[in-house]
Amino acid sequence: MNKLKKALKLFITFFKIGAFTFGGGYAMIPLVQHEVCDKNKWISEEDILDIVAIAESTPGPIAINSATFVGYKVCGVLGSTAATLGVVIPSFLIMLCIFFLLDKFEEKPPVQYAFLGIRACVLALVIKALISMYKKCSKTWVSYTVIAFSVITSVVVTKFIPINTFYIIIASAVFGLISYSILRRRAKK
Amino acid sequence: MTFLLSLLKLFWEFFKIGAFTFGGGLAMLRLAQDVVLEHGWLEADQIIDFVALSESTPGPFAINMATYVGASQQEFWGAFFATLGVVLPSFTVILIVAHFYKQFQESHIVKGLMTGLKPTAIGLIASAVISMAITVFLPKGLTPTIFNSSEFYISAVIFALSLFLVFFKKIKIPPVLIICISAILGIAAGYIFDVPLT
Repeated sequence: MNKLKKALKLFITFFKIGAFTFGGGYAMIPLVQHEVCDKNKWISEEDILDIVAIAESTPGPIAINSATFVGYKVCGVLGSTAATLGVVIPSFLIMLCIFFLLDKFEEKPPVQYAFLGIRACVLALVIKALISMYKKCSKTWVSYTVIAFSVITSVVVTKFIPINTFYIIIASAVFGLISYSILRRRAKK
Repeated sequence: MTFLLSLLKLFWEFFKIGAFTFGGGLAMLRLAQDVVLEHGWLEADQIIDFVALSESTPGPFAINMATYVGASQQEFWGAFFATLGVVLPSFTVILIVAHFYKQFQESHIVKGLMTGLKPTAIGLIASAVISMAITVFLPKGLTPTIFNSSEFYISAVIFALSLFLVFFKKIKIPPVLIICISAILGIAAGYIFDVPLT
């Protein structure tokens, strides 16, 4: 019973987090911290930092990763399921409604004109996100090489030979692993 | 039968996207462009619309994207299976990692892989930005007639204004507000210059 109660509370907490954060995973972290550490004392402040680090180095959206992790720490698989469902359901429902609304009104001139403006604006928003990610990235020659490789292959080379983006990601990971191992071995000597 | 097959395809493609995205939602954009265009699920400009919707609604980008693309194919069940697909890889990996996350964090293999995965996320977002810019400014490719279309100038002005607002240091303007301003400007400009509709 106690476990079920905890799971329900996890669900409600992450539902709130999912419903009120704009701008994706990183924007969510302070809210998770407030709800999970300060209010419910489920996890210590230090563990939250671990969660961010782990969410970054595992695949998938940061929001899902941190919900699953916190849920697991609080009450196992049941907790993970409750927290993940909680964080997913609000955006799922909202997006579904928007889709059906848009499907109805997409053809109308004001909607088309609105999107003419919005598309130009989104470009600016994504550029901003790109720059802030770049600032956080370590400035090493490995990083620069991988960035250049990814951009060139996915923009220029794919024009001539179709290359699946999945392969670009795999190649970058392998290159990262090799250069990391070489640098570490050199540092040891 | 085709209905089930299409659900399975949505699930599988979004499962792959979920499994190969590192460093948060936007890193997913390039993969999603590939998959969505390859299957003809959405047009290039619809992808940008979707990014705008995602930025102006709460919740993680990945979920918004899976729901929207899934719904565009098979309404509720399409949205359901695409979302399930994108969530499942992270859910499973975290459940496995949660047991021994201290070792995971200190693992040199993980650190090594991340040395390559972090920058490639940046490179792939840059690539997504480039293809979005082409869709916005050169929808019909690089032709001389582009400079005769009022759409080009409207997009350029709104883009410049948005850049200014996005990087405005004195007050932090929420992205939703900037999107709303651009929408209003788009509507006004559309009627004033009588932009032809597609």
